[in-house]
Amino acid sequence: MRRALMEDKPVIPDFLERRSFLTIIIAFGTVAIGAMLSIPLLRFAFHPLLAKTTETGWSTVGSIDEFISITGPVKRIISVEQRDGWRKNVSDKAVYVIKKADSRLVVLSPICPHLGCPIAWSEEKKQFLCPCHVGIFAPDGAKVAGPPPREMDELNIKIEGKKLLVQYQYFRSLVPTKEVMA
Amino acid sequence: MNTGPLHRFLMWVDQRTGLNALLKKALGEPIPGGARLAYIFGSGLIFIFILQAITGVFLTLYYVPSADHAYSTVSYITKEVTSGSFLRSLHAYGSSAMVIILILHVTQTIIYGAYKRQRELLWLSGCFLSVLILGMAFTGYLLPWDQKAYFATAVGTNIATEVPLVGDLIKRFMRGGNDLGTLTLSRFFSAHVLFIPAAIGAMVSIHVYLFRKAGAAGPFTHTPTLHHQQNSEPFYPKQLLMDLGLALLLIAMLSMLAHFHPYELGPQANPADTHYLGRPEWYYRPVFQWLKYWKPPYTAIGILVIPLVVAVIFAALPFLDRHTERHPSKRPIVLSTYAFVLALLVLLGRQSYLDDSDTPAVLNQMTKQELEVEEIMSRPFEPEVSGVIVATTPPAVTIKGRQTYELQACDACHGHGGSGGPGASKLTGIGSKYSTEQLMTLLKHPDEKMIAGGMIPSQLRERELKALVEYLRSLK
Repeated sequence: MRRALMEDKPVIPDFLERRSFLTIIIAFGTVAIGAMLSIPLLRFAFHPLLAKTTETGWSTVGSIDEFISITGPVKRIISVEQRDGWRKNVSDKAVYVIKKADSRLVVLSPICPHLGCPIAWSEEKKQFLCPCHVGIFAPDGAKVAGPPPREMDELNIKIEGKKLLVQYQYFRSLVPTKEVMA
Repeated sequence: MNTGPLHRFLMWVDQRTGLNALLKKALGEPIPGGARLAYIFGSGLIFIFILQAITGVFLTLYYVPSADHAYSTVSYITKEVTSGSFLRSLHAYGSSAMVIILILHVTQTIIYGAYKRQRELLWLSGCFLSVLILGMAFTGYLLPWDQKAYFATAVGTNIATEVPLVGDLIKRFMRGGNDLGTLTLSRFFSAHVLFIPAAIGAMVSIHVYLFRKAGAAGPFTHTPTLHHQQNSEPFYPKQLLMDLGLALLLIAMLSMLAHFHPYELGPQANPADTHYLGRPEWYYRPVFQWLKYWKPPYTAIGILVIPLVVAVIFAALPFLDRHTERHPSKRPIVLSTYAFVLALLVLLGRQSYLDDSDTPAVLNQMTKQELEVEEIMSRPFEPEVSGVIVATTPPAVTIKGRQTYELQACDACHGHGGSGGPGASKLTGIGSKYSTEQLMTLLKHPDEKMIAGGMIPSQLRERELKALVEYLRSLK
């Protein structure tokens, strides 16, 4: 078998040796067609790398004026829009708007950093209470008592004109530092 | 002799693949009488088939074959995905190019008498391929799930009911049910991307094998004996160069068309729209026109019997025309019959367009539809709101607004849910055009156009008006 292979003297395909001018034209034409087609094909396939296909948009919490004179946490329902390619998920989420001591507006996620239960504001106790394992937070979101590993999570905000916008995100539970969940 | 690394690499590959012998066989195909432009259409068809296969496979990266999502995904491809409109246009216009080159290929074969003597199976496999290509065009047309796709397929599948006894069964089989729906789309998708391409792949192999077995027919001055090799020239390089020229011309023309005149996407399929006038792609226009002339009880004759007889005669051509003479001037019957059928198809197609432009009501509706398509194309992509993960209940204020909308009989003119009616424009999407304040003002003080349409200034209380506007803005 091996001997047969050795004896069989292959030659380069004739078209590589003769008629070199026409060969170049043919090669050029083939490459031209390939290029004309492969550029849009690659751009099409790589679209998710060239543009954002999934993202969570900014949700309107309300007008700044509504929060200027708040004295304690205010609960707001926001509409969160998540783009997922050709579709979007719209869901309602609760957030708390608070005013820090330096009169800075902050929006807090109501998800407990312990195990993800929804935290409620207790007007009579003037505290945030997590009903699951009795986590307690101060009106500014600082941890007071209970199993939660960190304070309540602050959400990214921005102000556009007179509107307060928030980017709703989830954070990893059970860790001492705030980590955004992918 | 060259003994560089490239040469040694090629030797290494050749020892293991026998590539050289294969290439020599493929490229050394003898062409009696030498290379000619008349012979380029066969490889032109293979080129477009490959082009369609590649663009088609890439389109499936974003397409979803379901009545719920097909339209959104095609809209996404057209309006958002990088190069999406270009590739989709290339694919859509590619089907037209395929039909044109197919007609040229068949015409060349008939003029040259290249179906004669011992090429019967080659001809039959070609006939089968033609049917498969038309099947690809028919099934692909439905996939965008827009109005024209929907109505063209509704008409196309309805024709099957003319078949005696089993007509209804065929229609239901094609549609996957009695009506056109998501099952139809699934079936057409599977047929378009799996069944028919597989059949075409197999058939092309058979067609090319039989062609190589019989040998190229050569100029019509030759008699069609097998393996006619006198004065022949190998396929490579001249014929290959000509074939490549056609491929380049095709891709250049299709690219320009796709770039400067992107293929459009109309409004989403809406079976309830009784005004919509469906028109098939240009290559189905002659058939479309032909069907108009046949009224019951003769429909079956026109729709079924005559086309079937023509198709059978066409397929049987090499069995009917058995004389060895190939020169076109000496075969008047075959050529004049073919020319007559072709001319008839052209005239029917032309008449179809003339009928549309001569009937004011039709012309009106067609213009309206075209304007709507333009408007849809200019609109940015609107993602589909997914109700699967979270179902949002409308806020109380829009429920109140909807009651007002219905109590004030707004729906009498503007339709249920603002879907529009014969006398008034639709209100869906109005929230993206007008602010709450603008809408409140318009309702209290309608503009001239609105008053002319019969709009009455609102006498509602501020709170009710506000709820109504909230509802209007929520209409999608």
